[in-house]
Amino acid sequence: MKENVISVRELTKRFGDFTAVDRITFDVRRGEIFGFLGANGAGKTTAMRMLCGLSFPTSGSGTVAGFDIMREGEKIKRRIGYMSQRFSLYDDLTVWENIRLFAGIYGLTPYRTKRRAVELLSRLDFRSERNTLVGSLPLGWKQKLAFSIATLHNPEIVFLDEPTGGVDPITRRQFWELIYEAADRGTTVFVTTHYMDEAEYCTRVSIMVDGEVRALDTPAALKRQFAAESMDEVFRTLARGAKRAE
Amino acid sequence: MKNVIEINNLSKAYGNVQALDSVSFSVARGELFGLIGPDGAGKTTLFRLLTTLIRPDDGMATVEGLDIVHDYRAIREQVGYMPGRFSLYPDLTVEENLNFFAALFGTRVEESYDLVAPIYRQIEPFKKRRAGKLSGGMKQKLALSCALIHRPSVLFLDEPTTGVDAVSRSEFWDMLSELKTKGITILVSTPYMDEARRCDRIALCNEGRIMHIDTPQNIVGGFGGKLYAVAANNMFALLQAARSATGVAECYPFGDTHHLVAVEGFSAELFVSEMQGQMIKNLHIERCEPTIEDVFIKLMQR
Amino acid sequence: MKTDFLKFVRKEFLHILRDKRTLLIVLLQPAVMLLLFGFAISTEVNDVRVVVVAPNLTDGVKDAVNRVAANPNFSFCGYISQNEVDDVLRGGDVAAVVVFAADYDRRMMQTALGEPAATPVQIVVDASNTNIASSASAYLQNIIAGTASAQSMFETHLLYNPQMKSAYNFVPGIMGVIFILVCAMMTSVSIVREKEVGTMEVLLVSPVRPMRIIVAKMIPYFAISCVTLAIILLLSRYVLDVPMSGGVGGIVGLSMLYLALALAFGLLISTFASTQVAAWLVSAVVMLMPMVMLSGMLFPIENLPLVLQGVSCIIPARWYIAAVRKMMIEGLPFSAVLHEFAVLCTMLVALVGLSLKKFNDKLE
Repeated sequence: MKENVISVRELTKRFGDFTAVDRITFDVRRGEIFGFLGANGAGKTTAMRMLCGLSFPTSGSGTVAGFDIMREGEKIKRRIGYMSQRFSLYDDLTVWENIRLFAGIYGLTPYRTKRRAVELLSRLDFRSERNTLVGSLPLGWKQKLAFSIATLHNPEIVFLDEPTGGVDPITRRQFWELIYEAADRGTTVFVTTHYMDEAEYCTRVSIMVDGEVRALDTPAALKRQFAAESMDEVFRTLARGAKRAE
Repeated sequence: MKNVIEINNLSKAYGNVQALDSVSFSVARGELFGLIGPDGAGKTTLFRLLTTLIRPDDGMATVEGLDIVHDYRAIREQVGYMPGRFSLYPDLTVEENLNFFAALFGTRVEESYDLVAPIYRQIEPFKKRRAGKLSGGMKQKLALSCALIHRPSVLFLDEPTTGVDAVSRSEFWDMLSELKTKGITILVSTPYMDEARRCDRIALCNEGRIMHIDTPQNIVGGFGGKLYAVAANNMFALLQAARSATGVAECYPFGDTHHLVAVEGFSAELFVSEMQGQMIKNLHIERCEPTIEDVFIKLMQR
Repeated sequence: MKTDFLKFVRKEFLHILRDKRTLLIVLLQPAVMLLLFGFAISTEVNDVRVVVVAPNLTDGVKDAVNRVAANPNFSFCGYISQNEVDDVLRGGDVAAVVVFAADYDRRMMQTALGEPAATPVQIVVDASNTNIASSASAYLQNIIAGTASAQSMFETHLLYNPQMKSAYNFVPGIMGVIFILVCAMMTSVSIVREKEVGTMEVLLVSPVRPMRIIVAKMIPYFAISCVTLAIILLLSRYVLDVPMSGGVGGIVGLSMLYLALALAFGLLISTFASTQVAAWLVSAVVMLMPMVMLSGMLFPIENLPLVLQGVSCIIPARWYIAAVRKMMIEGLPFSAVLHEFAVLCTMLVALVGLSLKKFNDKLE
């Protein structure tokens, strides 16, 4: 059994009398692609914020990359990568300028930045786009670039918040191949998605409903458990029981 | 059957980006027609042209027999439109939004309540809530109610299911099927390939062009070539190994398996032995039926 | 359709009422600005510290110094010698120095008799605040001259604002700015917000002519501006004691015209700004700045370079402020501002025409 890079126990977040995240407990192992699914408003975003050290839990405990999420949020931030659909890169900077900027943010030395950047551009076959403004790249390219930049500093865990929304089916698959490669190199991937076929690509999947984790296992085991043909069916069976709309 | 929407060689460019490149098709009365494609396929541009919000560079189109350039005022009287981001007033309540859009179309909510009710009833318990505080699925239902409030004969829905969870998405398609039975013609776009089968006919679009138009069944049936689903212990290693195997044109992840497009020279036995040579363990291979997404990937690679 | 129009207006009121913070700012800002300019940022001469250099303490000199000391605007801080003048001014201890000539009495006598004489008194002021400096020196001249035969020495009369109350002068300027802020800025932002949220697309794809919606949008801002106008007029009259002897009717009428102009401006901005931020920036940088600088609100137009004087002619606020000054402070009747009135009317027609031409019912 591989070691756990994320480990949370009874993690809870309340806003006033609204319990957004209700005593969730799970572990994520090193090198896993962990699918974090849930209906709109199930509490995914809130949970993810706590794991990234952006918000404090009301109660419960947990560690991410070996650091306590209650006390060591700053240390966690240095060891993770984050990419969301909405904010990923600066459109008005070139590919190279974006890489340099984020490398600086993650504290890479100029020498390492240069080496990693060259490596990254050749892996994506982007060398000729070095000086292109990110805003003029097609969406799919942007997302691939954003992922590579989020993993530039070799983080232990990379958090991806709906990374493939609106991307064409071929680019979407190329994106997932990047995810596979990263996982192969030992980076743990924590990903949310609305595409249920992408849930099948994950090593393990958790499904949140009404702030609780209702199911957690490999896609194959979940399908067996719910006697379902696909993850789509599993998800629907669970999410139909959702009580809250928000 | 008379066509409600007729589109002939419609083109539109923004600067040097050809958003729509000589698109032609027609939609019959009562049809549920889907535009399937990723961002940048030109779906939104086509909607804006048909709803008379922008003018074409070239080509022509009619909606209910009315020209989109010359008769644009008349078109605006008849169509219902739900733009990409659910365009609601976030600071107004559910009820206030609905009342406003009713007034906008010179009607009252009561007059169309029978049409809107099956949808609106689901969000009515929250009618005093501000629209900005609704979940994605509820916003989508409210926006659809608002687009229906004046009993339009044609409904234009631009990516109504984007950013909405799988359950709400499936409920939404049930609502559209229901509306179709009332004779409303619906043109709807989506980036989710699996939703295509809910349409009568679909157009697969990419980068401003329409790659193929037909019923979902015919599109899938016309895939040609053999498709296999393969799986093994290490899926990533399998993907890389399969791509260099004999007679494999294409191999890509697809749900819990990889889809493998076979060409001449491929045989399952040969593939299995080749994979064993590559240390792939626990290999499963079986023929499978293509989906819309398989066709889309194939068309894109042309 | 008439009831529908009221529904549109109601919706706009709801938008405004829901945004409590903005509403509060819009309603409180005029009062705050008015009181701030009226009291805090003052160009008034108040408690100015004065020292005197007098080589010979003659009766004439003593008389003049007593007058200065007795005036409530000045406080007399004693005598110094000629070579200390620079130091005390530089140290900021005093704001003005009055230097009497050694033969002050004789020179005064000669002046009084109409004979040519050297200047009997020199006034040295700290001009770091130009407004106070010029007022103070003018004041001092008056007071000292009062000791001798004043009429022959100076011929300064302070017309219209004899007490030199600066708030008077600022009221029309503030009105000019506030109405542009509320009407032009807020309407343009609220129209552009519909573009940004995406509701504009639905509005356009509806049988209603977009102009009806736009007009419905302007009504609440017009109403708020009327409330603001009332607040400003009441504060001016009863708190700042502005006389308004020219009649309130004319001021209100002219303000209405100016409000319409501001609304048309807002519409014009909304036709080319596509985000709320852009609308704010255009309003603030393109309209507000030149308006504050060139409208005569802060700096008298006559003091501007000739080129800028020409530019100021196309700024509506210049004409509005000038006209309101005439009616509010000089107490002139409406007939005295017909020129300004005509200019503003022409501008309104031009602006409405332009914005209607620019506004189209497409997204392009």
